[in-house]
Amino acid sequence: MSKTIEEINEKIKKGKAVVLNAEEIIDYVAEKGVKSAAREVDVVTTATFSPMCSSGAFLNFGHADPPIRMTKVWLNDVPAYTGLAAVDAFIGASELSESEGMKYGGAHVIEDLISGKPVKLRAISYGTDCYPRKEIETYITKNTINQAYLFNPRNAYQNYSVATNSSSKTIYTYMGKLLPNFGNATFSTAGQLSPLLNDPYYRTIGIGTRIFLAGARGYVAWYGTQHNPGVERLANGTPYESAGTLAVIGNLKEMSTEYLRACVLRGYGVSIFMGIGIPIPVIDEEMVEFLKIKNEDIYTEIIDYSIQRRNKPSYGKVNYNQLRSGKIKINGKLVPAAPISSYFKALQISNVLKNEIKTGKFYLTNFVAPIPLDEKYRDLGILSKEEL
Amino acid sequence: MVKRKLVLSFPEKIVTKSITYKLVKEFDLEFNILRAEITPNMEGKMLIELKGDKTRIDEAIEYLTRTGVTVQEAAKDIIVDKNLCVNCGVCTSICITQALTLDSKTRELKFDKEKCILCELCLDCCPVSAIKVNI
Repeated sequence: MSKTIEEINEKIKKGKAVVLNAEEIIDYVAEKGVKSAAREVDVVTTATFSPMCSSGAFLNFGHADPPIRMTKVWLNDVPAYTGLAAVDAFIGASELSESEGMKYGGAHVIEDLISGKPVKLRAISYGTDCYPRKEIETYITKNTINQAYLFNPRNAYQNYSVATNSSSKTIYTYMGKLLPNFGNATFSTAGQLSPLLNDPYYRTIGIGTRIFLAGARGYVAWYGTQHNPGVERLANGTPYESAGTLAVIGNLKEMSTEYLRACVLRGYGVSIFMGIGIPIPVIDEEMVEFLKIKNEDIYTEIIDYSIQRRNKPSYGKVNYNQLRSGKIKINGKLVPAAPISSYFKALQISNVLKNEIKTGKFYLTNFVAPIPLDEKYRDLGILSKEEL
Repeated sequence: MVKRKLVLSFPEKIVTKSITYKLVKEFDLEFNILRAEITPNMEGKMLIELKGDKTRIDEAIEYLTRTGVTVQEAAKDIIVDKNLCVNCGVCTSICITQALTLDSKTRELKFDKEKCILCELCLDCCPVSAIKVNI
């Protein structure tokens, strides 16, 4: 028994689609079995809400009079990249403010734009015959500018390692504050709710897939940077470590700060909590096998972040049930474990998306091209031209 | 029976005296030392919770003051701003006394003020600055 996206969309249109979130499908399958789930359930909604540094927004400011070909641009004192056409810029989430340092960054600019707050735009130029203006200072909001869309090169990581600290001092990392002598451990995926852990071989999620991106309709634009699907996997398809990633795109003007939040990881820098929801069509029984995974079926590695090298020592593997219990064992010692990814928010997003599908506001898509399974991650060597 | 959280400052000349012991012996109070620190050439500081009869606590405070201990109400409070909190829960692994926990059902962050010992370790770990000190 298999279903097409068109058949599922037809059911959505009639208001007859059966939609569950990725937590509900676990109990459904346990109770009624895989065959029944494949027949009865049409869509399973997955979601995540975590800091995802590799995010940012393309903006087009429109032309001033006389016009300027911006060569350097700042938004609330945060530099944006403008090595594009005259008034196009890209503001990266993790860029820091030149006046406030780590307290404010690109992520805050994006959040301020979404909430409709005025943002100070400053730009300079060398001046050209067609763009004579050499500087500009003005205020913008999302409603006064042209396009504003998030284009995040790497989001929705398919699994991520647990961070801990074996050293004798507190360290501040992108995985949060890590206390000395294995004082704590942090982890960062939604586990059983996470999109790519529920479609581990990208059977339904591909380039062109329509998604929920911070409250707006977004799309998978490409596979993400550092996409590394070839890592070791369990029989259920889930990888032991970070594997696939997605590049996503969506209209900033339609987003909500309920599902996107700037954040500061002290001592590390600025990042952004991205809320992403991805519907997975229940196309066949094989898909149900993947969708039924629960926290205890997903494993990840415990990594020592105090070692300041690319390859950090591992203290073995744990599953997400152990992590969610708040305590894990490292070298025989019980260590408090906490998520930096909000399961509460992920669940909320999976339910919002579920209701949108149920009420015919969100339709599923066939992908345009698949996400590659043979792409490999490469390290950066420090080489002379001759050594390449 | 009442409970009061106090900050006691012990000047150098009396740090060797057994003072807190008297709180039990003379004033029939239960105490819980939440934090204590003694630094070289400086005064000792103690965050203490006293439990007992209201008048006996007042008498104990009078005794402490007489002995040379400076007594202040623990005026600080840790507050979690629910409007800012995204319920990620990263603070729960930092909190020694488990005053901050994630509810296993609702997945929301819970803060139990009673368990908080004002160590302030959580302050700089919140990614959205939802945890603050209220003075």
